[in-house]
Amino acid sequence: MNGLFSELFISSLVSGGVIAGIPLIYAGLGEAISERAGVLNVGLEGMMLGGAYGGFVGALHFQSTWFGLMCGGLTGTVISLLMVVLCVRLNSNQIVVGIAITLGAEGVTALLHGAIYGDSYPRVPTAHPYAIPLLSEIPIIGPGFFNHHVSAYLAVAVVFFVSWVLKSTGIGLSIKAAGDQPHALEAAGGGVHRTRTIAVLSTGLLAGLGGAFIVLVGAGLFVPFVTNGKGFIAIVLAMLVRGRVKWIIVASVLFGMSLSLTTALQLAGVDVPIDLVLMLPFVLIIVVLFAFGRRSYLPAALALPYDREQR
Amino acid sequence: MSAPHGGTTVALAEHKSQTESRLERVSRSMTNALIPVVGAFVIGGLLLAVLGRNPFAFYGNVIDHGLIGSLGRQETLIRMAPLLLIAAGLMIAFPAGIWNLGTDGQYVMGGVIVAALGPELAPHVSGFVLFTTLFIVGFVVAAIWSLIPAILKAWYGINEIISTLMLTFIGLRFSAFLVKEYFYDRETTVPQTRVLAVADRLPRMFSSRVHIGLIVGLVAVIAVHFVMRNTAFGLRLRIVGINPKAAIHAGINMKVLTLAIFTLSAGFAGLAAAINITGVDGVVRAEWNPAIGLLVVPLVFLARFHAASVIAFIAAFAVFQVGGESASRKADIPNFMVLFMVGLLLIFMALGEYMQLRSSRKHQS
Repeated sequence: MNGLFSELFISSLVSGGVIAGIPLIYAGLGEAISERAGVLNVGLEGMMLGGAYGGFVGALHFQSTWFGLMCGGLTGTVISLLMVVLCVRLNSNQIVVGIAITLGAEGVTALLHGAIYGDSYPRVPTAHPYAIPLLSEIPIIGPGFFNHHVSAYLAVAVVFFVSWVLKSTGIGLSIKAAGDQPHALEAAGGGVHRTRTIAVLSTGLLAGLGGAFIVLVGAGLFVPFVTNGKGFIAIVLAMLVRGRVKWIIVASVLFGMSLSLTTALQLAGVDVPIDLVLMLPFVLIIVVLFAFGRRSYLPAALALPYDREQR
Repeated sequence: MSAPHGGTTVALAEHKSQTESRLERVSRSMTNALIPVVGAFVIGGLLLAVLGRNPFAFYGNVIDHGLIGSLGRQETLIRMAPLLLIAAGLMIAFPAGIWNLGTDGQYVMGGVIVAALGPELAPHVSGFVLFTTLFIVGFVVAAIWSLIPAILKAWYGINEIISTLMLTFIGLRFSAFLVKEYFYDRETTVPQTRVLAVADRLPRMFSSRVHIGLIVGLVAVIAVHFVMRNTAFGLRLRIVGINPKAAIHAGINMKVLTLAIFTLSAGFAGLAAAINITGVDGVVRAEWNPAIGLLVVPLVFLARFHAASVIAFIAAFAVFQVGGESASRKADIPNFMVLFMVGLLLIFMALGEYMQLRSSRKHQS
């Protein structure tokens, strides 16, 4: 049975949407934290790419998906240290540093991969899926949603955890204050620099995990520029959900589906120009920016360095 | 959201430094520009050493093949043409506070249309008319492509950083679609446009391979420098970059000006593509993406939008690009050293801004 509404098409769209959406959840959540604290992280793409490479090397070395994910998160965190030093401590332009991180990470990962693995293109150990009992037995969409590597479910759990932290804890309040009223936070005895440091490091960790997920669970191997714009999409998703971080799950999976549409269409035997389908997620981003951009909630002090001496 | 700070600091620095002698000013801006370059070379060298390659041999090969060898030197001059034109466009956008980061997409969109049109036009018109038409087409197509982020910015207040970056992804896919579906040469097996005959390419100079595109690039950079610093239009752009609110109070029509900035800036990127296609490539393949636009960004900042410095930086960069290709082949590493070094350049540039700010504060107190 061919066509748009076949079982095969829907199940591959759902499954592909989740696989492509999970990295967006991790990275988008990270960006949401950073934006709430007043730091616009344009280097997200670079941090994801760093995490993708770090995760790849870690998984090969330890022959383990989980160690790979840890190495990916660690690499992302280390790269975000650069942003902490330059943008939080030295008040450099956040956009210049963000672009620097993205270009630098593209260059260094492609170089290292080419010089070390360029001849062999090794594959990482397979990430075995875990089927959630009962839920994964739902016809058609069950396996697509509920038969994935555990790190996919973990992403959803992390979103709920971060949502709780932002809403109900002191550090969550500090993060929101650092973005909206940095001077008030300082006056109340909280540290803007310290809060933003924590936020940016969390972003690096989450972006690194997202990048590592692409390689370890999604693609199975590293290729240069493997993130292919996902970091930028995640930035827009973070802006789109306007601080209500739980919505990042829905937005990410929907965008994940548009990213995985080519495979699903090919499986369904529908013949459309592949380039137009690959263009779709980015067109969607422009449409989303147009439709929600004006109303998107952004903290007052976003992208502005905090300087104690200037009021 | 924040404007490119380079613009602001440059304007402030110029204002402040009137008391300084010209020599002091030149030597200080030279040091400020050179520190990031040295930093990038040192860290890049360390990476090469980590990979077990000899950094001195690598950089030696870069100079040998990009500057000293006659073939390499010609190639360097050829590569400078599109880089200079992209830089000219950024010299308009950045001081005006517009982050046009979509030059790669604008370049490809302009290039694809020029490549498709060139071989169709060539039998009917020739020489000056052919080139002028294709240059205008490249400029206009890229300018039209940039209307999307321009309108989103001017009328809907949507930040152009993300929209221009996204439009590069869209432009690359869309141009590939155009080549595969409409513009392909029916006589070849790979999807590509028809080839512009060698006889119909841009004229060459000094009995070398270097075509006149280099002159166009140099003239563009110098002209933009002059317009930005010596005309009312340029002053208006710089006011908008330093203080948009003051600009509105001064009666500047922000919407029209934003459209002008985007279309001019993108137009130069389209012209760059037109020149490279009529001068060297003669053809566009599907999936074509030279991705040189973002690499020019740090160069125009380091040069502080000054024509002579822009030309010097672009020349040095072209040497590194051409020489880096041979050096990478010899060192058996993929050709991504340039990309990495550009990232490093930007990081050291951000550090340099901080050092400068700190020292100027010390002076004041």
